[in-house]
Amino acid sequence: MTTIPDVDQAQGGPREPVLSLRGISKHFGAVSALTNVDLDVHAGEVVALVGDNGAGKSTLVKILAGVHQPTSGTIAFGGEHVVLSDPSTALGLGIATVFQDLALCENLDVVANIFLGRELNPLRLDEVSMELRAWTLLNELSARIPSVREPVASLSGGQRQTVAIARSLLTEPKLILLDEPTAALGVAQTAEVLDLVERVRARGLGVIMISHNMEDVRAVADRIVVLRLGRNNGEFEPDVSNQDLVTAITGADENSVSRRANRRRAHQSPELGR
Amino acid sequence: MTDDTQQVSTARLLDRSDERVKHADTLGNTIRAFVDRVRSGDLGSLPVVVGLVVICTAFESLNPVFLAPNNLVNLLFDCSTVGVISLGIVCILMVGEIDLSVGSVSGFASALVGVLWVGQDWPVAVAIVTALMLGAAIGALYAFLFNRLGMPSFVSTLAGLLAWLGLQLYLLGSSGSINLPYGSPLVNFGQMLVMPPIVSYVLAAVASLVMFVTSYRTAARRRQAGLSASSLGRMVLKALLVTIVLEFVVYYLNLGRGIPWMFGLFVGLCVVMNYALTRTKWGRSMSAVGGNREAARRAGINVRRVYLSAFVLCSTLAAAGGVLAAARLASSSQQAGTGDVNLNAIAAAVIGGTSLFGGRGSAYSALLGVIVIQSIASGLTLLDLSSSLRYMITGAVLAIAVIVDSLARRSRLSHGRA
Repeated sequence: MTTIPDVDQAQGGPREPVLSLRGISKHFGAVSALTNVDLDVHAGEVVALVGDNGAGKSTLVKILAGVHQPTSGTIAFGGEHVVLSDPSTALGLGIATVFQDLALCENLDVVANIFLGRELNPLRLDEVSMELRAWTLLNELSARIPSVREPVASLSGGQRQTVAIARSLLTEPKLILLDEPTAALGVAQTAEVLDLVERVRARGLGVIMISHNMEDVRAVADRIVVLRLGRNNGEFEPDVSNQDLVTAITGADENSVSRRANRRRAHQSPELGR
Repeated sequence: MTDDTQQVSTARLLDRSDERVKHADTLGNTIRAFVDRVRSGDLGSLPVVVGLVVICTAFESLNPVFLAPNNLVNLLFDCSTVGVISLGIVCILMVGEIDLSVGSVSGFASALVGVLWVGQDWPVAVAIVTALMLGAAIGALYAFLFNRLGMPSFVSTLAGLLAWLGLQLYLLGSSGSINLPYGSPLVNFGQMLVMPPIVSYVLAAVASLVMFVTSYRTAARRRQAGLSASSLGRMVLKALLVTIVLEFVVYYLNLGRGIPWMFGLFVGLCVVMNYALTRTKWGRSMSAVGGNREAARRAGINVRRVYLSAFVLCSTLAAAGGVLAAARLASSSQQAGTGDVNLNAIAAAVIGGTSLFGGRGSAYSALLGVIVIQSIASGLTLLDLSSSLRYMITGAVLAIAVIVDSLARRSRLSHGRA
């Protein structure tokens, strides 16, 4: 049967990627946070970006959000070469970001935060429509938020994360960057966010998701891209073995995870032998 | 069955659940919500009201002239000059920066008007516009230093304080002061012009009517959209209370000379500023930048332009305050804008409830705060206290205001109210 390559082609091969990074490097003084990173994201594809602390994941996300500018390398979005010189350029192109630190204004209420920078009716704010839309977005995420008119400072970590995600969905983006989207969420909200990621994919949008939770990554990702010390360190299908993934992330067969696994095995095997 | 009720009340429930106390229907609940808010450090205008009651009782018992209508009218004349400067301070505090040079800028503007109008025989309007434009240019300079060179506003405006004072002294030359002609429209405006009683009554009525109509229309739209809205009875009650209070104030002041047009101008500026800060995208951006600069930037707000607008508005309003002060004193002197003008303007904004730490404030805090500050000044003048004592007392009041602000902020943080 030759259907398998066909499916593969239909899913990713010949189609133009939404986002295409080539040779992205970023230096902070003497530190090279990113070196020659390549990354493609296609429409309707969820790419998981994994790596250890300091691998450069958040730096890459900030470059795509226009917060940092790359030292070298090119970014193509929708087939065209773009320069993301500031956050508003990225937002204008349709790249929405949920930052790891959420980037909310604690003194403003939920509605103001969701619509920040994109208020309806700039000269005479349309508070009623904004509040309605905010409720709709929050309901889609099954958020548990007591009032959208309280300052964000009064919300818990999980509620704030939901607000940040709701904000990213406001503008109907083409590409969504999620930096640790489930880190502070409860069981139900995590499931909602994963559902949401799948819904976004079904609408034909591209998603880049950073997570340390391999279970979440396997659950939704179409492709897993590993970064290590600021470089590409392999691409995997979601059904890759844990061993291979950990090896790529830590950079060695012999690592703290495998050592721990061996220790446990060694500890257990005498028991089995008995 | 449960499904049914949930479906029916979804919109309302989400809007109202967990929030019954805050969205209080009854008077008792409203009061309880208010007490809770104050306890958690969301003081609003409470310190001002308490302060004013204390001040009025104290000074009235020491000298019964204090609450006489004409003394209050004079007080309003004095309020307007510092108040306009304080309105600019509200802008700059909203974004979490400071302008320490507003006094010098106002003095410079007053000197400039004197020199151009009386010295050079320019038309008075052109002289005023020139002063305002130079004020705007000074603000733009601060914004440039802040945005492009990263100079803290604290330092750049401290340098400005000296520089513009020097420029003011240079402009006035050896004579030291220029008298503005009595009987000219500008001086009349600063010293004499009051609203005819009927105009003031009508304005007060229109104000409460506009307040009622806007809240009524908002409530109607909210109800249509399925959100909670305040009841008609509450809105009528509120509008009635406001009308009664306003009309009484107007009546009392009309027992004296009446309400100064200059104060009318100041209140008008406050209303416009309040609208701009609360109901426009620009105002939202100001609060956002003051609350979390990086978050505002990542939301696509042009942070530099927001800072520019804040600095320019602050300096322009400072210059406007200087022109009004010149009109009030009928002179441009070396003393204009020196002494306690700077600190009074900043103190007024803080006493009125604008936070020194950015992101929280209201245009009306300038109005309320300046009335407190001027009441103290007026009361102390009536008691014939020396300026040494006046400075010490005003300094203590400023310190108390900032302490209240800091404590309230700490309490807000621990109660999750930012």
